[in-house]
Amino acid sequence: MEEQPVSDYGYQQYLQEEKLMGSRCTACGALYVPPRGRCSACQQTQMEWQQMQGTGKLAAFTSIAIGPPFMIEQGFDRNNPYCSAVIELTEGPRVVARVEGVDARQPEEIQVGMRLVARFAQRAVGDEVTTSLTFAPV
Amino acid sequence: MVGAGMSPFGMFADRDSKDLFLQAFQEMLHSVDRGVDPGDIEALYLGNFTNDFFVQQSHWGAILADTLGLVPRPATRIEGACASSALAFREAVFSIASGFYDVVLVGGFEDMSKQATEQVAEGLALAASPYERSAGFTFPGVFGAIATAYFDKYGATREHLMNVTIKSHNNAPLNPKAQFQQTIQGIMASRAVKAKKKGGPVPEWQDEKQFLGDPQANPVVAWPMHLFDCSPISDGAACILLVGEEIARSFTEEPLYVAGLGQASGRALHAAEDLTYFEATRRAAQEAYGMSDLTPQDIQFAEVHDCFSIAEIMHIEDLGFFKPGQGYQAVADGLTRLDGPKPINTSGGLKCKGHPVGATGAAQLIEVWEQLRNKAGKRQVPHPDLRFGAAHNLGGTGGTCTFTILERR
Ligand SMILES: [Zn+2]
Repeated sequence: MEEQPVSDYGYQQYLQEEKLMGSRCTACGALYVPPRGRCSACQQTQMEWQQMQGTGKLAAFTSIAIGPPFMIEQGFDRNNPYCSAVIELTEGPRVVARVEGVDARQPEEIQVGMRLVARFAQRAVGDEVTTSLTFAPV
Repeated sequence: MVGAGMSPFGMFADRDSKDLFLQAFQEMLHSVDRGVDPGDIEALYLGNFTNDFFVQQSHWGAILADTLGLVPRPATRIEGACASSALAFREAVFSIASGFYDVVLVGGFEDMSKQATEQVAEGLALAASPYERSAGFTFPGVFGAIATAYFDKYGATREHLMNVTIKSHNNAPLNPKAQFQQTIQGIMASRAVKAKKKGGPVPEWQDEKQFLGDPQANPVVAWPMHLFDCSPISDGAACILLVGEEIARSFTEEPLYVAGLGQASGRALHAAEDLTYFEATRRAAQEAYGMSDLTPQDIQFAEVHDCFSIAEIMHIEDLGFFKPGQGYQAVADGLTRLDGPKPINTSGGLKCKGHPVGATGAAQLIEVWEQLRNKAGKRQVPHPDLRFGAAHNLGGTGGTCTFTILERR
């Protein structure tokens, strides 16, 4: 794979290749997902890419009945809510993403702590297909 | 602090930010016991979040200086999401403390109701991080997720959130400036009357919690945040006059003093230290307590940033009023009621007083001003000797937090 710049742009490029990548500080070992080009812990800028396994557990979630316009365009509404969540990766860092494969109409049934696995979702935007990070129950 | 005034908060189709700010300004001028010559105002610090988006107009500093007839005084607009006017207050304090100015106007305003609800939600989401937005999060969604983490850690439930809502609705009808003027009981009664008039089945709720648990009456917005967990869309303006300590008594016999103030920045949701507290609130509070040499026990009452019900519970813990994980029980026990030992959001809070985001920080300080000067009318905190009150303001998803302690000497 082509080496990408340690930035949001590089993170997105790797997502297109269905890779969930973080940056690890070569000085202190701190790990960031999405990546940071500068370490918040030790202020060094020598970062290297590290691929995540794509597994984790549900740290927090919500079932959204009234979404932003781009979600409404995808068919989500009060009768068809969707789940957005904070996921704690096995490697430690947390990410935010949609969770699919759970019944967002029954949020009482969704359990914090449940194990999740990354799913790369393809979506057509105009002529282009973009890949975004989502998670689903194991 | 020698003067304060605010417009009513609500949705006003016929009034814009200039109209509302002018009203707040006039009320502020009248509030100065010994009077103030507007010409003596040396500078303006104005908080506004995103009128740029809501009404497609920027450059509000100069526009309001002109509206108030205060040209050529310098006017600076400050943005810190929903904490914008608390930041304006803080900058004004610094400008006086530095010795540069003696008489400074602080303001806040927002004009949200001219847009459809979806546009307002989109405008507010501008304060979220790009990661949160692309994951489909809305503001109620972020606070809903935070609530699930809090529930999981401490065993709180939706019913505990309802206690916050019921309390806010009990306080608001005592505040003539509040957007909502009904208790939950009052709303239940009007809904029943309305249903009867329509000839439909008359809903029967045994109590407030049954009403709030009824998905017809209180629909979900972003689980577990329901309509009555969320602050409303509001228009409004608030205005404060700050002067140097040495000249304060030439304006009024009862000035309030800034005993301590703190501001801190927090991380995006995914990078937060912990999902069950706001790091920036704790840090801002620490700074303000340190500056004032006060402890949480010394603060007799407070306005906190209850943009969502769960937020109020977290803030009263982060500010040290209650231990982490005990805030929800404190609310359930009535400790934060108007007649409790630590009254919280006597104004009705953002939930019921209204939340014109840029005006909120200044309006919270105005509630503290009215309480400490014994001018809060029916919602006056029943304590014979109020000396210290405080206001906590939060922007975005905790990215900007402030804590300001006012003192009556
Ligand atoms: Zn490092």
